Amino acid sequence: MHPVLKLIAQRLALGILLLLAASLLIFAGTQILPGDVAQSILGQSATPEALANLRAELGLNEPAMSRYFSWLAGAIQGDLGTALTNGQDITKSLGGRLKNTLFLAFWAAVVAVPLAIFLGLLAVRFRERWPDKLISAVTLASISVPEFLIGYVLMYIVGVKLGWAPTVATVYDSMSFLEKLNAIALPVAVLTMVVLAHMMRMTRAAILNVMQSAYIETAELKGLSSFQVIYRHAFPNAIAPVVNVVMLNLAYLVVGVVVVEVVFVYPGMGQYLVDHVSKRDVPVVQACGLIFAAVYIGLNMVADIVSILANPRLRHPK
Amino acid sequence: MSKELEYLSKRVAANKLSRRDFLGRASALGVSAAAANTMLSGAAHAAGPVKGGTLKIGMNGGASTDTLDPGLVASQATKGVLRHWGDTLVNASPTGELDMRLAESIESSPDAKVWHFNMRQGVEFHNGKTMTAEDAMKTIERHSNEESKSGALGIVKGIESMSVSGNTLSVTLDTPNADLPYLLADYHLVIQPNGGMDDPNAGIGTGPYTVEVNEPGVRYGFKKFANHWDESIGHAAETELLVLNDATARMAALQSGQVHMVNSVEPKVASLLDRAPGISVKNVSGRGHYVFIMHTDTAPFDNKDLRLALKYAINRQEMVDKILKGYGGVGNDMPINASYPLFDETIPQREYDPEKAAEHYKASGHDGSPIILRVADAAFPGAVDAAQLFQQSAAAAGIPLEIKREPNDGYWSEVWNKQPFCASYWGGRPVQDQMYSTAYLSTADWNDTRFNNPEFDSLLSQAKAELDPAKRKALYSQMGHIVRDEGGLICPMFNDFVDAVSDKVGGFEPDPNGELMDNIASSRCWLA
Repeated sequence: MHPVLKLIAQRLALGILLLLAASLLIFAGTQILPGDVAQSILGQSATPEALANLRAELGLNEPAMSRYFSWLAGAIQGDLGTALTNGQDITKSLGGRLKNTLFLAFWAAVVAVPLAIFLGLLAVRFRERWPDKLISAVTLASISVPEFLIGYVLMYIVGVKLGWAPTVATVYDSMSFLEKLNAIALPVAVLTMVVLAHMMRMTRAAILNVMQSAYIETAELKGLSSFQVIYRHAFPNAIAPVVNVVMLNLAYLVVGVVVVEVVFVYPGMGQYLVDHVSKRDVPVVQACGLIFAAVYIGLNMVADIVSILANPRLRHPK
Repeated sequence: MSKELEYLSKRVAANKLSRRDFLGRASALGVSAAAANTMLSGAAHAAGPVKGGTLKIGMNGGASTDTLDPGLVASQATKGVLRHWGDTLVNASPTGELDMRLAESIESSPDAKVWHFNMRQGVEFHNGKTMTAEDAMKTIERHSNEESKSGALGIVKGIESMSVSGNTLSVTLDTPNADLPYLLADYHLVIQPNGGMDDPNAGIGTGPYTVEVNEPGVRYGFKKFANHWDESIGHAAETELLVLNDATARMAALQSGQVHMVNSVEPKVASLLDRAPGISVKNVSGRGHYVFIMHTDTAPFDNKDLRLALKYAINRQEMVDKILKGYGGVGNDMPINASYPLFDETIPQREYDPEKAAEHYKASGHDGSPIILRVADAAFPGAVDAAQLFQQSAAAAGIPLEIKREPNDGYWSEVWNKQPFCASYWGGRPVQDQMYSTAYLSTADWNDTRFNNPEFDSLLSQAKAELDPAKRKALYSQMGHIVRDEGGLICPMFNDFVDAVSDKVGGFEPDPNGELMDNIASSRCWLA
C-alpha cells in the first residue's frame, strides 16, 4: 500500500477510537451533573406527583450503562433518539442547528483565513516597520479583548448608533441568501477579529523562520522582488504550521462560539447545547458533544495529513 | 407639523416632557400657544387602534427545549407564546376583577362549592372546529388527571367532579372555594380542542393569533386569526416573538428597532434606557417577591425569637434602593402586597431595627455560631448582593450570618425547598387564597417555609367558603398577621415588572398581573 494511503487509514482509525473515548467521557460527564431532568424541565413550580410522573415517562429509572449502549447503537445508525424535554427528533433539530453553525463558521473563515495569511505576508514584507507593528498591535488587541465585549461594542456602534447591520443575527429558512449574510455581518466581524491574530502571528513567525534559510538568500540574489520571495519560496515551506493553526481556529469557529451565539441570538449548536445542558437533556448533550468531538478530531486530522503531505520527504519515500 | 414638534408632542404624551416645556419649545419654533395645545391633545388621543403591520416582541426565558404544551409552560417567552394562540375561561383584569373570555358568565352555589360556567357561543378553534363546554371540561381534566405534568395540577386538583349540560360546564369542588374563577384564569388552562388529549403540542386554540412558525428558543411567528370571537383585540396583522435571552442583546434589539417591545429590563439600566430616544420604560408593581426563607421546623429556625431577630435585622428599603434600583416596593414578611384584592393596608410595616433584632437574638438563646444562608443568583437577580447586604445589616445587630454560594445549576432542585435557609423567588398569584394555599398551608407541596399553624389553616378554609368580601378581608388580614409574625418568610421586597416599549407602539397599559400587560400586549397593542 502506498505509505500515504496507509497513513491516512491509520489516522482515520485513530480518530474513530478517539471519538469513542470522547463519547465515554461525555457520558460520564453528563451523569455527574447536579439535579435531575424532571425537576429541570418542570422548574420550581413542580409538584412531587408531576415529577414522579415525568421521571417514569422519561425512563430515568433505568441503569445508566444500558441507556448509554442503546444510545450508542442508535447513534452509529444515524439515529440520535428524541429529546427528553420536548420530544423532538434530535437528528432533525440538531441538523438545522449544525447547518447554521457551519454557515456562520464558513463565512467567518472565508473572511478571516485569507485576511490573516495576507496580513501575515504583509507583516513579513515590512518586518519591524510600521505596517508590521500596526498589524500586530491591532490583531493582538482584538484577541485580548473578551469576545462578548467586542460583540457589545460593535452592536452599540454599528447596530444601534449607525444602524448599518442588525443586532439580532437570527437566521431562518424563509430568509433570502443576502438577508442571511446581512444578518450575520456582526457575528462574522467579531469572530474574524477573535481568530485573526492567532493565524496572522503564526503565518508571520513560520515565514520568518524560513526566511533565515540559504535558499531564500539565493532567491533574493537572483533578483526576485521581496514579495515574490515570500510568496513563491518561503510560504510553501511554512505551510505545515500555518495549516495547523488554521485548522485549530476553524475548529474553534465551529465548537467554541457559544458566547458569540448568545450575544447575537444566533440559532447555532452552542446555544442549543447550553439549553439542553441546563435542562439535563442527556441524549441531546451527548449528541452535541459527539458532533463537536468529531469536528475537532476531523479538522486536526486534516491538519496532520496536510502538513505531512506538504513535506516532500514523506510524499516521496525512498 | 414639523418633525421636531411631532417628536416633542409624543414626548409629552409619554410623560417625558412637561406641558409647560412643550409650549415653551413650540413657541420658540414659531407656533402659537393655541395651535400647540391642539397639537398636544392630538398626540395624546391620536390613539384609537391601528390595524395591520407586524408587531415584534423580544423576550427572555426561552430555550430550544420548549414545547407548545400549555401544561409545561414555565418561563416568560413560552408564556408569551401561549397567550398568542390560546384563551382561558377568564382573565384577571389589571384592577383585580374578572375579565370574561371563553366563559360568558359564572354562577356559584351559595356555599361556593358548585360552580357553573356558561360558555361563549360561536367561538372557533384555529382548526375550524367550534369550541364547546365539552372541550373546556376535557382541558381541565387533562391538567388534573393522575399522569398530569401540568404546572396547573395544584390548582385544579381540588375539583371533585365536572359535568356538561348543553352550554354549561359545572364544576363541583371537594372543599368550597370562592376564588375558583380566579384560579381558572391561570395561564396554563388554555382551552384546547378535546382538551389537548389528542396532541397537546399542536398549538391549536381559540386565541387571536395562529402559530405559523415554531422554532423553540429562537423565534415564533403568528398570524391574525380571522375568525377570532373578540373583534376588539388583535390589531397587528402578524406578530413575531424573538427569544432574546441576553439582556444586552434584548435592549440593543429594541434600540435598533428590530423589536417593538421587550420584557425584563434590568433595573440598573432602566433609567438609562428610558432616556434613549423613541423608547419608554413601563414599570408596574407586581406580586412577585424576592425572599429569604427559613424552615420553621428545623433548628435554629424553629425558634420564633430567632426568626423575629432575622426579620428585624434586614434593611428592606436599602434592598429596594440597591438591588431593585427603586423599581419595586418593600415587603412586610408576608407574601401579599397592595397589588392583591382585599389587602389590608393597616398591617404595620416592619422596619429595620438592630436593637430589637439583638434583643430577640438574645432571647432566642442561639449559641452564636454563624447562621448559614444559601444563595445563588438563580434565586433572583442580585440575590448574592442582597445576601451580602443582609449579612452586613445583621452584623450590626450582632447576628453572624455566613453566606454559602450555591451553583445556579440545580438550585431549584437541590437547594430550594430542601435547605433550611436560602434565597428564593415567588411569582405571586392573582388572589391571596391561591398564594397562601400554594405555599403556606401546612399540607401544601411547596410549603417552602415548613409553616405549620393550625389556626392559619382553619382561617384559610374559612376564607375560601366566605363570599362576603368584607368578612374575607378581615380573615385575610388575620392570616397576614400570623405569617408576618410567626412564619419563616423574610420578605424584603416586591419587584416591579419592568418592560420597555418603542414609541411606535400604541395601547400599552401596564398590568400588575404580569409583564408585557400580563403577556397580552401583542393582541392589545398596535403599531401607530
